[in-house]
Amino acid sequence: MIEATTRYFRLHAQNLSGALGRLLRHPLGSLLTVLVIAIALALPAGMRVFLTNVGALSGSWEGAADFTVYLDDAVTEERARELASEIDARADVDQVEFISRADALEDFRAQSGFGEALDALEDNPLPHTLVVRPEQTAVDEMQALAESLDALEETAQVQLDTEWVARLRAMLELVERTVDIVSALVALAVVLVIGNTIRLEINNRSTEIEVMKLVGGSDGFIRRPFLYLGFCYGLAGALIAALLVAAALALLEAPARALAELYASVYTLMGLGWRDTVILVGGGAALGWAGAWIAAARHLRAIEPT
Amino acid sequence: MIRFEDVYKRYPNGREALGGISFALERGEMAFLTGPSGAGKSTLLKLIALIERPTRGAVIVNRRNTAGVSRRSVPGFRRRIGVVFQDHKLLHDRTVFDNVALPLVIAGFGPRETGRRVRAALDQVGLRGRERDAPITLSTGEQQRVGIARAVASRPDVVIADEPTGNLDPELSLEIMRLLERFNEVGVTLLIATHDLKLVEHLGHRTIRLVAGEIAADGLAPGGSQPHRPTTPHSTSPDRHGSRYRD
Ligand SMILES: Nc1ncnc2c1ncn2[C@@H]1O[C@H](COP(=O)(O)OP(=O)(O)OP(=O)(O)O)[C@@H](O)[C@H]1O
Ligand SMILES: [Mg+2]
Repeated sequence: MIEATTRYFRLHAQNLSGALGRLLRHPLGSLLTVLVIAIALALPAGMRVFLTNVGALSGSWEGAADFTVYLDDAVTEERARELASEIDARADVDQVEFISRADALEDFRAQSGFGEALDALEDNPLPHTLVVRPEQTAVDEMQALAESLDALEETAQVQLDTEWVARLRAMLELVERTVDIVSALVALAVVLVIGNTIRLEINNRSTEIEVMKLVGGSDGFIRRPFLYLGFCYGLAGALIAALLVAAALALLEAPARALAELYASVYTLMGLGWRDTVILVGGGAALGWAGAWIAAARHLRAIEPT
Repeated sequence: MIRFEDVYKRYPNGREALGGISFALERGEMAFLTGPSGAGKSTLLKLIALIERPTRGAVIVNRRNTAGVSRRSVPGFRRRIGVVFQDHKLLHDRTVFDNVALPLVIAGFGPRETGRRVRAALDQVGLRGRERDAPITLSTGEQQRVGIARAVASRPDVVIADEPTGNLDPELSLEIMRLLERFNEVGVTLLIATHDLKLVEHLGHRTIRLVAGEIAADGLAPGGSQPHRPTTPHSTSPDRHGSRYRD
């Protein structure tokens, strides 16, 4: 049992070092393949990083996603306060701020510089206002909340001053979906590229395969070096892809900071992160293994001793 | 150890390479397989190594009917057979050591045991000290000896050789045959296909002569001029066919 396990690991270690040796023996050819894989993988990985950053940025603008609810002129201040606490009690609402028409006029007077002109008015033309901050900022939830606020008897008008945030989110969702599709296509491309590389390798080594079959090498034994080769291609490609993404971020760091400073804010770009790096590298290696497996299944069988 | 029972082999192109072959080679026996080009010698050996399958009849190797060996079991079956080729079939991107070690690694021997057996095999073929050399740096005769070392390294019960001296001059040929004889002396069952009638005569082992896919003679000398003597299975201990041949 122990012996079988030792043998198992020894064979795998040998195959792994053999595959690395093979990559290093033809460094230029291997490098080209690895770079193709790396660039392909860097594309969706980079897009994900971009999404993470934009998502985080828009998250920090949460305050901008408030609704302003203008109430009917007929609504009394007492009723307006009541309404504020009713809305505040809703599950999909985070908080509600009540601005009375007197306060609103006061604000307007202070900010607009039309103080004296306003004094000439007999009546305060401004309505009571509720500023509603939603619990959720996803497009669907915002939409639902807006509709239900609009449906209230006392509501004159619901205004989302910052509808662009919602639009941005909608757009982000679209981009996210696109990234998913691009990721799937890239995965397929990587499988095909590695599969093709392994197919060429199998053809180049047909004599070796034939001899191995003649001296009793099982399908698994003969296949394994090729699986490891595919694995190494995928792994190396993914590692370089991670480096490419990191390098791109390093290049964008300074301009991003400058941009953030223009908005008087501090924002540091987020990189791939541990979890995503593991997914990228593990996924790359798995794709390489899969590509090699497909090539081996299709082409090893055809090589038989004659 | 090797038994053919009324074996026919027809290739997919319709060519009948073997037409009713029956003979038996006992454990530890050594025999030559001769006959003109196209007689079916290589085909017969391929049936033993399961490179080809018989169209009809039974090929029994190591007490196992090859018809019962599934595709998946072919590797395990082949591990008990050593094969020597005219063109050596060495792997040129590996050292002599790695070439000889290949069947041992496949059979699952650890590094220590593999090293021991490789050195022993190279010792037996007179190539100790050449472990690290590339096959390409060896002479043709030396390369063939590496091929033989590889065939015997895992100590198979049966060794078959297809024209192992085909590319060698007479002196080297004799040397290679003597080498193979030595393995037979320690109990390996040996079947060697060869064109070299002089050598066969000189060495004086059992000789099965094929002509057009049939056994034309089976006895102690090549005897192309001998009358056709079909053999039956189980009738082929060395003494008996020897005497059959003489009477
Ligand atoms: N793969 C194949 N497909 C079709 N016909 C074949 C195949 N291999 C061999 N043959 C035919 O079978 C017959 C026997 O061939 P085989 O190679 O066994 O002869 P041989 O005795 O080994 O000849 P040689 O001494 O030239 O090596 C020949 O007529 C050959 O053309
Ligand atoms: Mg032949």
